[in-house]
Amino acid sequence: MRERLRTDVAIVGGGIAACAAAVELRKAGLGVIILEKGRCGSGASGVNFGGVRQQGRDLRELPLSARARPLWDGLNALLGEDVEFEATGHLKLARSEQDMAELEAYRVAALGCGLDLTMLGANAVRAELPWLGDKVVGASLSPTDGQANPRVVGPAFARLAAKLGVDIREFTPVLSASRSDTGFSIESETLSVSSRFLINTAGAGGGLLASIFGEPVPITPQSPNMLVTEPLPYFISRSIGVCGGDVYIRQVRRGNAIFGGGSGWHDPELGFSRPSNEQSLGGMRRTLQLVPQLTNAQVIRTWSGTDGRMPDNIPVIGPSSTTPNLFHAFGFSGHGFQLSPAIGLILAELVTRGETPSPIDPFSIKRFANWQGSTTGISDHTDH
Amino acid sequence: MTIKDKSVVVIGAGPAGLRAVEALSKAGLRPILIDEAPLPGGQIYRQPPVGARRDPKSLYGFEATKASDLHGLIVRLGDQIDYRPETLVWGIEGHRLDILSNGQFSQISFDALILSTGAMDRVIPFPGWTLPGAFTLGAAQIALKSQGVAIGRRVALVGAGPLLPLVAYQYWKAGATLCAVLDVTPFSPKVYNLLRLMRKPGTFAKGLWYTLRLALAGHPIQSGVRAIRAEGADRVEALVWIDVSGKERRVEVDAIGASFGLKSEAQLADLAGCRFVFDAKSRQWQPERTPEGRSTVPGIYLAGDGSGIGGADVAELTGEMAALSLIEDLGQPVEKARIQDLAKQLDTYAPFRTALEAAYPFPHHLIDQIDDSVMICRCEGMTAGQLRQAVSQRGATEMNRLKALTRIGMGRCQGRVCGPAAAEVLAREAKSTIEAVGRLRCNPPVKPIPVREVF
Repeated sequence: MRERLRTDVAIVGGGIAACAAAVELRKAGLGVIILEKGRCGSGASGVNFGGVRQQGRDLRELPLSARARPLWDGLNALLGEDVEFEATGHLKLARSEQDMAELEAYRVAALGCGLDLTMLGANAVRAELPWLGDKVVGASLSPTDGQANPRVVGPAFARLAAKLGVDIREFTPVLSASRSDTGFSIESETLSVSSRFLINTAGAGGGLLASIFGEPVPITPQSPNMLVTEPLPYFISRSIGVCGGDVYIRQVRRGNAIFGGGSGWHDPELGFSRPSNEQSLGGMRRTLQLVPQLTNAQVIRTWSGTDGRMPDNIPVIGPSSTTPNLFHAFGFSGHGFQLSPAIGLILAELVTRGETPSPIDPFSIKRFANWQGSTTGISDHTDH
Repeated sequence: MTIKDKSVVVIGAGPAGLRAVEALSKAGLRPILIDEAPLPGGQIYRQPPVGARRDPKSLYGFEATKASDLHGLIVRLGDQIDYRPETLVWGIEGHRLDILSNGQFSQISFDALILSTGAMDRVIPFPGWTLPGAFTLGAAQIALKSQGVAIGRRVALVGAGPLLPLVAYQYWKAGATLCAVLDVTPFSPKVYNLLRLMRKPGTFAKGLWYTLRLALAGHPIQSGVRAIRAEGADRVEALVWIDVSGKERRVEVDAIGASFGLKSEAQLADLAGCRFVFDAKSRQWQPERTPEGRSTVPGIYLAGDGSGIGGADVAELTGEMAALSLIEDLGQPVEKARIQDLAKQLDTYAPFRTALEAAYPFPHHLIDQIDDSVMICRCEGMTAGQLRQAVSQRGATEMNRLKALTRIGMGRCQGRVCGPAAAEVLAREAKSTIEAVGRLRCNPPVKPIPVREVF
């Protein structure tokens, strides 16, 4: 027997942005159903590095990132759970004078977008972190950035949403979706959902849903590659990235150092990603150049996950170009974690008011309407 | 390319792996045999270090001939195999192994692979199990076999399987002071299953012999023990238990060997992409293995306790069987009669195994007595109470979600020790089943590897 449900808003994909949107929509009195193919928060929301970072972002993302940042300070109170957010600051390291010039240029541009960064020379950065390797010639510090535990944020948001009356259906992959005069019809194997609004927060699967509505996008799966050491005495007091983005490091209070870079491998048939052992070994070398002290620390675990990557490395956010009352937010290209609570607010605003104060025009799906570029050939690196 | 040029790898040099390389080399292959230990034999026939050799009879008792024969295989095969001891396989991607040996990372590509990765003790946490001086039965046995030492001066042994009488007998023979030998399973199923156990009279007789000899020596095995706990300030000072009549008893000891059956070491099979099935009798997930030793992944074969607990003798048979299947799949004819003979021999063990499992039922009552303060995941310091809270208040109903929310299984052991116990606690709290709560997904490395400049 197929179960038939009718609601105001159907959301496909149950990551942090989806659950955050659902929470807001419920507060506005709307009925919400989330259809999640696995478990809420187990996709890109849950398996990322855990960086809560504004520094290094595409300048067009900075207003959204700035909107998200104060939300992180309130997440524990909102969710009733410690999501381990700490404003440790984010240090972006330079390994050459060219890198330093790049950081300085970014600092000036970011200042125009309201993000205040501090340049540190070779001596200053060593005064801050005396254990840094010889390769480091300087850095740029974003003192308000930080880190959090990605594994717990999504599930906590989902629980809050459920508590507020959101109907969450896990292990419910969507098979088809369509729109008629009366609204949307979304079908899973066992479920038919009719809704007035549809939100596409399907991550790497977001492109598929968009193409159903006649707006295909050049999205590719992206799998990070991360390693975790055994717990060590706490010393990596900042979240660390580099120019070029090929390595990123942080240490959790528990003591485990987490470092990553490069890509794992994605199995499209099985629909999951695994770390690449060669990349893990390569990541060790790049990490040791920055943190020689990690030599001989024991790696106890590696992990990967799947996000959707857009060719221009910024997400698709905003109304559909073909279908009224359909809104997209996917393709965060490996750096959606920090943005996600704000994306939830923006999606809710789009549904309830038809507009948002956040400048989302650069993220419109329209930019891919006549896309001629390739989906590959872009850098393998993501800033973290 | 002839069969001789094929790269064939066997992981694990216990009874299964050794019989596998023997059969492979007989067929003209030159298999690579990889093992973590410095000397062959696996856990069951573990050898003392070079320079500390002892008489096999004193080490392996009734099994001395078998052990010596298997140990000698490496010497007899000589250059016909490529034997690589002290080598860890920490990952598998497709047909490539990631290796750590002598501090160096390397890779080996293979055409065919036999996983004979063995088993380890199943731990059921009890109050005090993390105190220094608390070991598993397997560890107690390894200390004796490898180093010639007992785990303590005054020792208590606790178990729920045929390993208990064996280790107790070995400790008694070695001159250790046995203060208590406790079986947490009831006595009656052993009697009910007596006839079926007699199907393998040799094996049964040995178990009986250990038990009777211990009793004669004044160390009767007490069955039906209802609860145990270790006491001590900084280390084990006493073992307290509730006996079959409900009476609390206490004995001062400085070491406890306690574990409750075996669990397959199947992480590499998981990384290789093998499908797993749930074995209801032993309450664990194991890689699916055909009677001929094939996994669900072409080119990957399974043998020994790593894919189904059967013991050392069964491991030898399944090792040879997997090798013959591998040879056949490479297109070389094999002796059908030998395969049939192996199958027939394996058949004779099945009813015995069934009877053994019935004689030593899973000790559910030990799980029920785990109170909230008992440590489950010692790497990450997670108590049963913290796990239960994640179930009741944060909606964890499956092992990987429980791990994500609590850190259980995220430490050095990656759930090898705490995983089965956590699944039991989760299933009870969520009013679910061990099968439904699933198993921890494996990611490389299967054991810790050092951060080094590799390339």
